[in-house]
Amino acid sequence: MSLKVPERVWWKPLGWQEKVWVTVSLVWCLVLFLMMPLWMAVGKQNNPTETYRVSPARFLETASALIEKYKVGEEKGIPIIRPPRGSDVYLVARMWQWNPILELKKGETYRLHVSSLDLQHGLSIQPLNMNFQVLPGYDYVLTLTPTQAGEYSVICNEYCLIGHHNMTGKIIVRE
Amino acid sequence: MAPSIESQFRTCAVTGLKVHLPAQRLILANAVAAVVFLLVGGILALLIGLTRWPAVQLLPADLYYRFVTAHGINMLVFWIVFFEVAGLYFGGAVLLNARLVQPGLAWIAFILMVAGALLTDWIVFAGKADVMFTAYVPMKADPLFYLGIILFAVGAIVAVSLFFATIIVAKAEGRTSGSVPLVTFGLLTAAIIALFTLLAGAITFIPTFFWSLGWIPTFDPGVYRVLFWAFGHPAQQVNLAAMVSVWYALTALTVGATPINEKLSRTAFVLYILFINLGSMHHLLVDPGLSSPNRIFNTSYFMYLAVLGSMIHAFSIPAGVEVAQRAKGYTRGLFEWLKKAPWGDPGFSAAALSFVIFGFLGGTSGVIIGTMQPNINVHNTLRVPGHFHATVVAGTTLAFMGLTYYVIPLIARREIVGKAWAKYQPYIYAMGIILMILGMNFSGMLGIPRRTWDISYAGAPLAVKFPESVYTTLGLVGIGAAIAVLGLLIFVGIAVASLLFGKKRA
Repeated sequence: MSLKVPERVWWKPLGWQEKVWVTVSLVWCLVLFLMMPLWMAVGKQNNPTETYRVSPARFLETASALIEKYKVGEEKGIPIIRPPRGSDVYLVARMWQWNPILELKKGETYRLHVSSLDLQHGLSIQPLNMNFQVLPGYDYVLTLTPTQAGEYSVICNEYCLIGHHNMTGKIIVRE
Repeated sequence: MAPSIESQFRTCAVTGLKVHLPAQRLILANAVAAVVFLLVGGILALLIGLTRWPAVQLLPADLYYRFVTAHGINMLVFWIVFFEVAGLYFGGAVLLNARLVQPGLAWIAFILMVAGALLTDWIVFAGKADVMFTAYVPMKADPLFYLGIILFAVGAIVAVSLFFATIIVAKAEGRTSGSVPLVTFGLLTAAIIALFTLLAGAITFIPTFFWSLGWIPTFDPGVYRVLFWAFGHPAQQVNLAAMVSVWYALTALTVGATPINEKLSRTAFVLYILFINLGSMHHLLVDPGLSSPNRIFNTSYFMYLAVLGSMIHAFSIPAGVEVAQRAKGYTRGLFEWLKKAPWGDPGFSAAALSFVIFGFLGGTSGVIIGTMQPNINVHNTLRVPGHFHATVVAGTTLAFMGLTYYVIPLIARREIVGKAWAKYQPYIYAMGIILMILGMNFSGMLGIPRRTWDISYAGAPLAVKFPESVYTTLGLVGIGAAIAVLGLLIFVGIAVASLLFGKKRA
């Protein structure tokens, strides 16, 4: 009984049912494990790793310069920018806004830099439901190729104090 | 000397175990504290569950975030750790017929934990720490918030150390010999994991405390996340090892199950110790600054060998029940043993429901969302709480509730009051939790973020529109939470009434 000191000697061989169960489980564990490196080789979508150190001030400076250069409009006071195809694009997270609104072209590959100026934020692109952590001090580079035209909402899914549920942004993908 | 120590023991009429009376008092004190914090967390659960239901949206935004913070800390830390300390004293002293070493120190540990918990709760409810359970820097809480958690953790480290000392002294004094019982072995693995978890907690929260006081100028948020989750995720694996031990205990108490192979079950527990601490990487799969090999190695608990441990228990525990039931003559067909199981005994039904929900909803969802690439579609959505409510609420909490129905007669020596209610309580609780978990998972798949007060984004400059179906799935979250809290209140009612008014047992 599990509540009592076991009889000696309890180091006994497994029954065949246990051997089958453990073997099947172990094989399945290995399949699950190998799927991850395998998908890195053959899959088209993998977790980004490219990261640089950046101070919030420096990140804002770079982003602001690009906003000024490529601004094509405004929505609710938030600038809309149309960056050159295949360029480096900057998205600034701060309490409580994603800035600027990005206008990208379908089929082109961009390097999207995200960082925060204050707290931790969560970049959540809807309705794709793709989610990334955004930290102050870290320039996280997401290499992405939009494959479908349309308007995508950006929300914050890392709690960032009382205005968290008002923190939205937008990515527009044109044909 | 010897006779005075012997006078501190009584012999249990049911189990024949020699119960150390100072240990018994400490088990009760810790269990009662646990249930008090469970009640606090449960009331908060109802309020925040009804806030996530858009048709109700009960609380204003500030109270919602405050109560989510309090709910997480009261449930994940205070309720569970107090109950686990009670479990450790039971597994270390009572099951080994031994004395608990240094009961005075154990009371100091208890007082530290109570003081830490009250301090943290006071600061949170006063609105000085709306930072969530995770308290991600650079979000800053009042320094006393961190101090409360540190006090609680120090108390818990003392309690865990006393458990180790109790086993060593029990052997040295010859009160037990040979291997410890399987349940004690399982609790020992939980305690070992708890020790390095609590040390990681100290490495996280002591610098954060200094930072909040301004003694340290900055605290890197990426480093904080690694350190925090070295505490945060292994803490749940303590709950896992403790819960599996409780499953073994409850199946032994209710149907007389015996582990079919001690070697296999114990090896499975050792796999937990060796690999489970790697799981902290589950939270960092879409974080900046980490390489893919690092993520893959750690998030898989090194080739899922810790998951293999759970797969072994998933076989051994029902097999133990089947063997015990067949030995009683329930041999007709494939499943008579299961049909004739004591489904009306809340100790058995709680263990069985906890086992099934944990395995099929908790463990599987954990492996899926902890796989590197799919995590992109899951990180910080409601699927994450959908996963851990299946493990830590339906799994650990329900198992601990089941054990309480035995702790009250065996340790508090009181009859259970309201046995008819107790019979249905695990089913009500489990039904509510299942509805809530499904609601959370479906909502998360549709993109609904966790810890967010308003998913209509009515106050945001740029509109966000989710599919209409989220209003149904979030409704499930609210309704499920309400049913589960009803089950929780019935449990607390039975426990309190039994302790106060239950007939005294000889």
